[in-house]
Amino acid sequence: MDVQNTIKTFITDNFVLGRGMAEPGAGDSLSRLGLIDSTGVLELIAFLESKFGISVTDDETVPENLDSIEQIANFVTRKQAAK
Amino acid sequence: MTEQVTYEHLRIDLEKEAERICEFIRKSVYETLGKRGAVIGVSGGIDSACVTALCARALGASRCVALLMPDQHSSPETLEISRSVPDAFGIRYAHEDITASLAALRCYERQDEAIRTVIPEYGPGWKSKIVLPSVVDSDQYRLFSVVARSPDGKEVRRRLTPAAYLGILAATNFKQRVRTMFEYYHADLNNYAVAGTPNLLEYDQGFFVKGGDGLADFKPIAHLYKTQVYQMAEHLGVPASVCKRPPTTDTYSLPQGQDEFYFSLPYQAMDLCLYAKNHGYSPASLVDTLKLKEDQIARVFADIDNKRKVTAFLHLQAMTMIEGH
Repeated sequence: MDVQNTIKTFITDNFVLGRGMAEPGAGDSLSRLGLIDSTGVLELIAFLESKFGISVTDDETVPENLDSIEQIANFVTRKQAAK
Repeated sequence: MTEQVTYEHLRIDLEKEAERICEFIRKSVYETLGKRGAVIGVSGGIDSACVTALCARALGASRCVALLMPDQHSSPETLEISRSVPDAFGIRYAHEDITASLAALRCYERQDEAIRTVIPEYGPGWKSKIVLPSVVDSDQYRLFSVVARSPDGKEVRRRLTPAAYLGILAATNFKQRVRTMFEYYHADLNNYAVAGTPNLLEYDQGFFVKGGDGLADFKPIAHLYKTQVYQMAEHLGVPASVCKRPPTTDTYSLPQGQDEFYFSLPYQAMDLCLYAKNHGYSPASLVDTLKLKEDQIARVFADIDNKRKVTAFLHLQAMTMIEGH
């Protein structure tokens, strides 16, 4: 499974669709683009946990792990490798 | 050395401001709205008490009615403290307990169902509240968790799923909306206007429910920082029991402070952060007064901006297909 593309599809389908915005680049800040708020982060976490079989702890819910598609993909890859 | 913002920056001429607000109330109620008086939902908190005092002063006690609207989750002293406010200003009041209305709407059942999706054992006799992590101590996203206490005192904390968060929010928003229904009932009954009670911190940061406490005909203290509301309330003679009560949401079955539910810091500190931001001061200007580090205050500033952005929709009128709108 291509982790980054899977995440990009989720972000596009759930947060970009219908808003007339360009798709975010891999390194773009989703919060700065106004694509994701705290409810959106909850949805993203639920998706990551169910799709990739990982568990996201409270102290991992930080922008370094979740603010761009690239950061999310790297985070998922690290979590899967640590299992 | 950066100029420091202190609580002195929040001091106002209370008598002059009271007169200015009273003029606003009279103009709003009599001229703009064409109504005969005001209805105020009195929660026992400082904001509604202050608005009650101002309405009584502006319109006369005989042209005001206070509504006391507790539910089964209200703290036991809420009703007595609430009643002291209309009593202090010679205003008549109506007691409308909203528990039966909420039960009929399945508010409590819906809330419990939502909590059970993350705490399956949650049931009769359990109490709960929802909380946020500290914004000053880390860069963590502010994601809600539910804290629940079993009848035998065991405490459980779980981060909410999107469905659980939205389910709890939607269910508890019934409370504010039912209270607003009663306010408009009494307004219609008396040909009065409904007074809203948000202070500047709440109004700016979207701490209200659309169609609930966000709905009113006039909002006379929406420009006052909460610190100033406390000063004004004391100046106007609001009972001491109200003035010394810490702000609560009075929404969940477990006691819950406004800072653990929504704001980053206690209201006094939030007021200063908001003041500093609104007047172009940097986070460094608050280091001495708040005894926090600059990067911690910067996080609060960022949280203020974020809340303004995500709650902007609460301030909008309905979008209509009428030309010019």
